[in-house]
Amino acid sequence: MNMNATLVLNSIAMLIFVWFCMKFIWPPLLKALDERREKIADGLAASDRAEKALEDAGVEAEKEIRAARDKAGEIVDQANQRHSQILEQAKDDAVSERQRQVNAAEAEIAQAAHQARESLRASVASLAVLGASKILEKEVDENTHRELLDKLIAEI
Amino acid sequence: MATEGEALTASGYIQHHLVNLTFGKHPENGWGFAHGVEEAAAMGFWAVHVDTMFWALLLGIIFCVMFRKVAKASNSGVPTRFQAFVEMVVEFVDESVKDSFHGTSRLVAPLALTIFMWTFFMNFMDLIPVDWLPSAAMAVGIDYQKVVPTTDVNATMGMSITVFALMIIYSLRFKGVGGFAKELVMNPLNPKDLGLPVFAWPLVMIFNLVVEMASLLAKPVSLGLRLFGNLYAGELIFILIALVFTAGSGLFGAGLSSIFGDHIPAWFWIVASVAVFATLWANMKGKLNMKMTLWLLLAEILLVGGMAFLGGQLMHFGWAVFHIMIIILQAFIFMMLTIVYMSMATEHH
Repeated sequence: MNMNATLVLNSIAMLIFVWFCMKFIWPPLLKALDERREKIADGLAASDRAEKALEDAGVEAEKEIRAARDKAGEIVDQANQRHSQILEQAKDDAVSERQRQVNAAEAEIAQAAHQARESLRASVASLAVLGASKILEKEVDENTHRELLDKLIAEI
Repeated sequence: MATEGEALTASGYIQHHLVNLTFGKHPENGWGFAHGVEEAAAMGFWAVHVDTMFWALLLGIIFCVMFRKVAKASNSGVPTRFQAFVEMVVEFVDESVKDSFHGTSRLVAPLALTIFMWTFFMNFMDLIPVDWLPSAAMAVGIDYQKVVPTTDVNATMGMSITVFALMIIYSLRFKGVGGFAKELVMNPLNPKDLGLPVFAWPLVMIFNLVVEMASLLAKPVSLGLRLFGNLYAGELIFILIALVFTAGSGLFGAGLSSIFGDHIPAWFWIVASVAVFATLWANMKGKLNMKMTLWLLLAEILLVGGMAFLGGQLMHFGWAVFHIMIIILQAFIFMMLTIVYMSMATEHH
């Protein structure tokens, strides 16, 4: 348990170690720690910002989607409307076409009937004359019996 | 572990463990290493404890190299595990300094870090089994070896005196000579506040000076002796455990000494150590399962030392676990008190 020069030497050794630590160990380590702290703080802030941006983007996207959906609905409605319009138009067209065709057919029929009647009427006159001449065995003068014939034709 | 002159007695064993390897000038024998306590004492003040200085310097250099390596490689990127550990220590010290020291100083934090790590390393030497390094030193012809620098009062007082010197320097720098002197003579009784006539002031001042000097000088003394006392006591208990439980006693221990005589040869201990290390190594490499390892270790311990030796091992282990707390705590206390003293030196109060 002697106090001796070890005391002095150890003091000197300690001073040297402290100087070394102060010069070469503490500043770079603290600098690195501070830098990392700053970097982490920046990173956290950036992540916060990114999260906020993501949220904003989400809201924006939601809005866009809603708008698109509305637009799509509108378009579908329009299309439906147009569809029914076209259908209606087609139906109308079809109806009028049919009417036209029916009318035309009716007219033709009427004409045909008229013609038939005319020709029948004409034939009836000659048939009647023929018949009458056969009955009378004698020619009937068409001109003299015109009046009678016409009366007969009108009765047909 | 005794030299030629000392018999292998209990007191001889203890004494041998408590003597430093001293180099100095003996009045009769001239320069050289002291052989025994008396010669070391005769060398007077101008002698050096070579073992203390060697281990203190080695551990200090280990600290410097370890932290310098990290400091040089440190960047703001992702740290390695070792770097993270070092930075954890640095941050811990930094926090402690910020909590207690409110001035601005480039010195205090590195000082605290150096003290903490260096003291911790020096204290840690206490956990190395007490006989290993001294035995190894004996084997190469060094008679005395105290491997824990902090169990040498010179080392701890050397540190506390350095802290004290820094305290004085800081006091003078921050308060000036006048301020420092005023603090010494105007506290704790301020003659102005007491309303005394001027001619009576010197009396009060002298009283103050005595009180203040006592409290000032008590700081380095208590700082150094606290560390020394704790570690010295811890070391002594290790020595006592080693003495009581392992000195040739025990079932197989006695059997061994009947074969080998008083001195069990070194090769026996080497073989035993190699066997234990090999067992542990095989277990770590996964070549030996845990149950087998434990049985083998038990067999080895029984073979080497017998049941009493095993008791000694357990006692050693128990005290070592407790001592881990002491060595960290004492390093921390030394660091904290240094910070507080430096803070007191810089602040007016």
